[in-house]
Amino acid sequence: MNTLTIAVKESKIYFSTPGAYVVGAMFLSLTGIFFVFDITAPFAEASVRGIVDWASFFIVFLAPILTMRLLAEEQKLGTLELLVTSPVRDWEVVLGKYIASYLILLMTLALTLYYVLLLYVFGQPDTGPLFAAYLGLLLHGAAALAIGLFGSSLSANQIVSAVVGSAILLILSFVDRIGEVVTGTAALVFSGMSMSQHVEDFSRGVIDTADVVYFVSIAAVFIFFTIRSLETRRWR
Amino acid sequence: MIEVNNVTKMYGNYPAITDVSFRVEAGEILGFLGPNGAGKTTTMKIVTGFIPPTSGEVTIAGYDIVTESLEARRHIGYLPETVPLYTEMNIKEYLTFMGKLRGMSGGRIASRTDDVVGVCHLEDYYTTIIGKLSKGFRQRVGIAQAILHEPEVLILDEPTIGIDPIQVVETRQLIKDLGGQQTLILSTHILPEVSQICERVIIIHEGQIIAVDSPENLAERLVGRERVDIEVKGPQQDVIKAMADVDGVQSVDRIPDEPGQVPKYRVQSELGVEIRAGLAAKVVNAGWDLLGLEGVVMSLEEIFLRLTTEEEVVAR
Repeated sequence: MNTLTIAVKESKIYFSTPGAYVVGAMFLSLTGIFFVFDITAPFAEASVRGIVDWASFFIVFLAPILTMRLLAEEQKLGTLELLVTSPVRDWEVVLGKYIASYLILLMTLALTLYYVLLLYVFGQPDTGPLFAAYLGLLLHGAAALAIGLFGSSLSANQIVSAVVGSAILLILSFVDRIGEVVTGTAALVFSGMSMSQHVEDFSRGVIDTADVVYFVSIAAVFIFFTIRSLETRRWR
Repeated sequence: MIEVNNVTKMYGNYPAITDVSFRVEAGEILGFLGPNGAGKTTTMKIVTGFIPPTSGEVTIAGYDIVTESLEARRHIGYLPETVPLYTEMNIKEYLTFMGKLRGMSGGRIASRTDDVVGVCHLEDYYTTIIGKLSKGFRQRVGIAQAILHEPEVLILDEPTIGIDPIQVVETRQLIKDLGGQQTLILSTHILPEVSQICERVIIIHEGQIIAVDSPENLAERLVGRERVDIEVKGPQQDVIKAMADVDGVQSVDRIPDEPGQVPKYRVQSELGVEIRAGLAAKVVNAGWDLLGLEGVVMSLEEIFLRLTTEEEVVAR
């Protein structure tokens, strides 16, 4: 109930302030450009594979911008003090905010279904890989927003929050490069930790349980970190 | 209603408050008075459960603020020092949101919102974006959210800080009107504020409680004078008379002492008037022996001096 109250409040702010619109517009225009490149290339295939790879890359920067306000602003305004002295649990606060940001992601992705519609009108795409691609984006987005929210809990400054969120996402995206220079178990661990490795399967049209578990775990772990971070803020 | 037992809060190795204990009975208005940095806000934050104490315990309406936090928080209305407002909401949206967070039903929120908007004189700004309101109005919105759910315990941290004099008077009246229905803790560094509003005052200094009393009794103890103890060998009546003539001296009293010792006198003057040089000159010129001269430092008065005095003028 409290989670819902907070989710509704955050959603209202998303819709009444320009931030979410700008992020959504950037995401749509960037993916739109790469979609056009993709389908106008010689021997183009009727798939969204090209834009999924790029979309995952944009998410690294756009997700933290979407979430940076959520907890940083509360700390700056002092409303966090009000929130945590109200009869509301910390996890309700965090989850409510997370849900609101995920709603924006869902709406933005829903708008990209227009590309899919075009594919069906002008070609014969395979439904399976399309489904896998969107599942991948939904899961990758879920993990990225959780990391962004965690970044937002660390600072009262929104810019710092966004940078921290992006930094964590970048490290997680490219950690497989370390896997290439080391050998043995370490190599497996590093490439297993990498977001880009797990996104790749989805963009190829493969739904692997390991990939699903990976993104859900990342999202859960960072939501948990955010809750703990909120608690420790009161200890300082 | 509120019980604070041996609470200590350390920030690293620095104690913000040390061994603070007090009780507030139901319906009482307690003033928490101290200069800036004395530990008022830290105490408020611990009592409301925003930060946990390093040691000691706090109970609100019988619930421990740390172990039964959620239950305890249900009974509290809190206005922190920096008024926590969502500047992009209007007053109605803000109060509705706060009501929902406190688990109030839609109907109760609607009727209570009408009530508190009336009590805090915010009717004309009901749908104004909070970011556009002046500081005094924001303060009232802060108070409105604190009393919205009719909490048994109301904690206001420096509720009149930074608002203009007319609004200060109105805010104090508002707080006074709230007393009686609610148990109230009010923190402030302004002396007249507590004497106007509170039934009982705690003075805190450097993290420790140094006095607990009614404002009347405190006012007697804090007469606002400086004292000098002086030892003079000479005819008693003449000495008293001569010293009373010195500029700035208000009264001279003989301090009872053991027979055979040098007579000791307590000389009082107005706050901030230096009389020691004048006294010494008078005694020496009269040919008496000056054997001792000492300014009396009273901790309470020291602190009194550091409480805001400029705003005193405004308040009266």
